[in-house]
Amino acid sequence: MKEIKKKYDVIIIGGGPAGLSAGIYTARARLSTLLIEKSGIGGQIINSEMVENYPGFTNGISGIDLTQAMHQQAVKFGVETIYDEVTGIKVAGKQKTVTTAQGKFTATAVIIAGGASRQKLGVPGEWEFTGRGVSYCATCDGAFFRDKTVAVVGGGNAATTEALELTKFASEVVLIHRRNELRATKIMHERVKSHPKIKISWDTVVIEILGDKAVEQLKLQNVKTKKETLLPASGVFISVGSQPYTGYLKGVLELDEVGSIITDDKLETDVPGIFAVGDIRSGSIRQVVSAAGDGAVAAVNAGKYISE
Amino acid sequence: MSKSEEVTDAKFDEMVLKSKMPVLVDFWAPWCGPCKMIEPVVDVLADEYEGKVSFVRMNVDDSPNTARQYGVMSIPTLMVFKNGQPVSNIVGFRPKPELSKVLDKALEDG
Repeated sequence: MKEIKKKYDVIIIGGGPAGLSAGIYTARARLSTLLIEKSGIGGQIINSEMVENYPGFTNGISGIDLTQAMHQQAVKFGVETIYDEVTGIKVAGKQKTVTTAQGKFTATAVIIAGGASRQKLGVPGEWEFTGRGVSYCATCDGAFFRDKTVAVVGGGNAATTEALELTKFASEVVLIHRRNELRATKIMHERVKSHPKIKISWDTVVIEILGDKAVEQLKLQNVKTKKETLLPASGVFISVGSQPYTGYLKGVLELDEVGSIITDDKLETDVPGIFAVGDIRSGSIRQVVSAAGDGAVAAVNAGKYISE
Repeated sequence: MSKSEEVTDAKFDEMVLKSKMPVLVDFWAPWCGPCKMIEPVVDVLADEYEGKVSFVRMNVDDSPNTARQYGVMSIPTLMVFKNGQPVSNIVGFRPKPELSKVLDKALEDG
């Protein structure tokens, strides 16, 4: 295996579009760059079978194809990648030490692109039935629910995308949303509402997931009438937003009330030389194109910080 | 291209259940983004555990029976088999150190 150095100009934490774009820019600026990714290259967008709003792809491109191409591009310019989990960052003047499960690495600038992970519903049965009917990825698991009734929980773009994806396999898709209107964009809204297989359950929350060996029923509650009902379903796809992955940064960087990292207009945090990009940044619009843009902004400013 | 050898329903008994070494089975499908995402990580593990753990992958599209038998309803699922029995079941992607721990445990326990 290739030997990994311990000292770099830039360490990037996270291999989604924001981190990969940052790497393309730092490596092209001839800054030695280490990318640390904990689980696999691509970030959350790999769950999207078709990204329709990334400029330049008239017919769309799959999330995995897009991010694999970004990674190849970053590697081509010299970015090194390791798969490891970051557990802490220490700052001593211009030197930052990044601790992982396997060791320590130092760099002058750190770009945090750790993204966010899927928010759990937090109801009884969710954990027990994960992989047994509870899923967080329709593209991955839709085919296991051929000709069955499934539910999708959520009302944003991700939830509506999941619901539409599931109509390819399921006989019926029930979209469960706690409000009486969707947060999704108009175009997704129209597609979902006009789809013959999709039924929307407004003002409704899931309070329990029930079954024996796998999911069989969902206990629902209407938030206005408080009335409880049972929905027979073989699968439930949870798409209720995401949570920034910043547990290890508490006390190191300034975070907002939900744990996202606060940055200035250079995307620098309150610690000079540490930048935050993509979904982990407070105020991010959580799009691939903005994540990639963030990566470029932070990379350029990291370069300036290093040469100062 | 993955380093894990492809196993089918027909060869599961021979390649997994009768294996002398613990076997990590990666249940995947071509349409699954996260499955592709974890592939390089599984490859690194395959290098690190060479000679100690056998790595195979099973396309649930081509070989649905084994996945059904073991109740796989979500991919990627990584299952570790030892002496013909599943000893670990990991659904979705996990940090690499966590996967190493699961393999270390499979190697430790008699």
